[in-house]
Amino acid sequence: MNDITKKLLGMVSDLFSPADGAYNIREDGACAGRQSTENVSILSKEDKPGIDIRIRPGTRGEKVYIPACVTHSRVDDLVYNDFYIGENADVTIIAGCGVHSDGEEDARHNGIHRFFIGKNARVLYLEKHVGTGEGTGRRIINPQTYAELEEGAYMEMDTTQIRGVDSTNRLTRAVCGRDSRLIVREKLMTHGTQAAETCFEVDLEGEGSGVDLISRSVARDHSRQMFRSRIEGRVRCMGHSACDAIIMDSASVSAIPELTAGHVDASLIHEAAIGKIAGEQLIKLMTLGLTEQEAEARIIEGFLK
Amino acid sequence: MLELKDISVTVENRREILDHINLTIPDSRFVVITGPNGGGKSTLARVIAGIQAPSAGQILLDGEDITNLGIDERARRGIGFAFQQPVRFKGISVRDLLTLAAASAGEEALSEHQLRSYLRDVGLCPRDYIDREVNASLSGGEIKRIEIAVVLARHAPLTLFDEPEAGIDLWSFTSLIDVFRQLHSELSGSVVIISHQERILDIADEIVVLSAGRLTASGPKAELLPGLLAGDRCHFCSGQESACPQEIG
Repeated sequence: MNDITKKLLGMVSDLFSPADGAYNIREDGACAGRQSTENVSILSKEDKPGIDIRIRPGTRGEKVYIPACVTHSRVDDLVYNDFYIGENADVTIIAGCGVHSDGEEDARHNGIHRFFIGKNARVLYLEKHVGTGEGTGRRIINPQTYAELEEGAYMEMDTTQIRGVDSTNRLTRAVCGRDSRLIVREKLMTHGTQAAETCFEVDLEGEGSGVDLISRSVARDHSRQMFRSRIEGRVRCMGHSACDAIIMDSASVSAIPELTAGHVDASLIHEAAIGKIAGEQLIKLMTLGLTEQEAEARIIEGFLK
Repeated sequence: MLELKDISVTVENRREILDHINLTIPDSRFVVITGPNGGGKSTLARVIAGIQAPSAGQILLDGEDITNLGIDERARRGIGFAFQQPVRFKGISVRDLLTLAAASAGEEALSEHQLRSYLRDVGLCPRDYIDREVNASLSGGEIKRIEIAVVLARHAPLTLFDEPEAGIDLWSFTSLIDVFRQLHSELSGSVVIISHQERILDIADEIVVLSAGRLTASGPKAELLPGLLAGDRCHFCSGQESACPQEIG
């Protein structure tokens, strides 16, 4: 494992020392470390790049680390990771991706994660994306997440991309079974000429299922962001999505929500707000002694907390 | 000591919001500025805090000309300001604001006990509020109390409260009065409150009356309050309120 990977691991997974559980560390398209545990088995796929992570039914309180790092340009990594979460399990999965480029050519990671979450299982899925390095080659991360939630399952996805990623195309799809819940919290910040596109598609198929999806973003400089969400409910269900964006400088943000209800008890809501930092917020913090720049930074930090 | 010298604020149609205001606020005084709606009270507070620039005049704080200083520079020199309509944030908690306020007073690490005591002082249960976001979920009364707690945490030599009673229900108002009474008894800096409320006027050392942008009266509470309470308010008018039925020449 090289030094850049060690640094990126700390940034995306808070892994500064050996993981306290199962893990698989991917470095430039290859495995740089793996550990299974009694309850968590990690095996390489035989037909394509990637791994199968199987978590035994009833496993509780375990963490699984699945970070991926690209440490130089001219890497175009593609990986398929499938998670099978047994019934009644309650686990935390820490993924995340760091892409580093000091060269002129692109460094790219495409991570395709599928989750099959058994009855009444709970998953906290943490995903952080960063780009580093001074090269002119673009740092590109295109994550795709597919989740199937069985009856009573719960998945909370906390996904963050704060800096350094020049281009990202994020796709999250989920199918929610009876009485299952999907919670998504997305935080994005783009600057320079970066571009970010994020798309959520959720089918609420089971009676009493629900999704709560909140995306907060900050677009600075000349960056561009596109938010799309599609929630479809054809049974008694509850869906809420919100796109809340702060726009600065010469950036642009689009929000395109789509709701489809096919049942009178399908309660679907979308909220979208795009605007600059409120002047009164800056003034308030300045009356506490912060400069305008400090106040702006504090407001953004809180907004993306 | 704060000195306002010939402060005027003129808006586009040349209407004077503030008209040559001269006012001195000595150290350790509790001053209430009152007067009819639209008389320029909030504008005056915002001019002192640096939120609004005067069209003419000079502001001195302890002898230093602060007329051209920004909001943050004035804050760092010891001016605190509580908004009439407190600002709401996304992702900033009560704890965050209290910590920022205390840091501006030079207290780098505020103990949990100190943090909580600021909330207790304004009648809020710390356990319920300390980690709440200062967002739209708070009621008008709750956010008003938080605003006051944050300003108190600054221990500023000069603190301005712009209509602290606005938006507060009767029950909360009683405890608010207690907060200001306590503030008065422990006064370490000057307090300036913009208010219409008799019970706040009653705490004042001095009362200043602003009407139609002019300072029409100022002096010790004992001299001014009886006249204000007796309904003799027109005595304090600038003589420009055409609707005033009892105007005394």
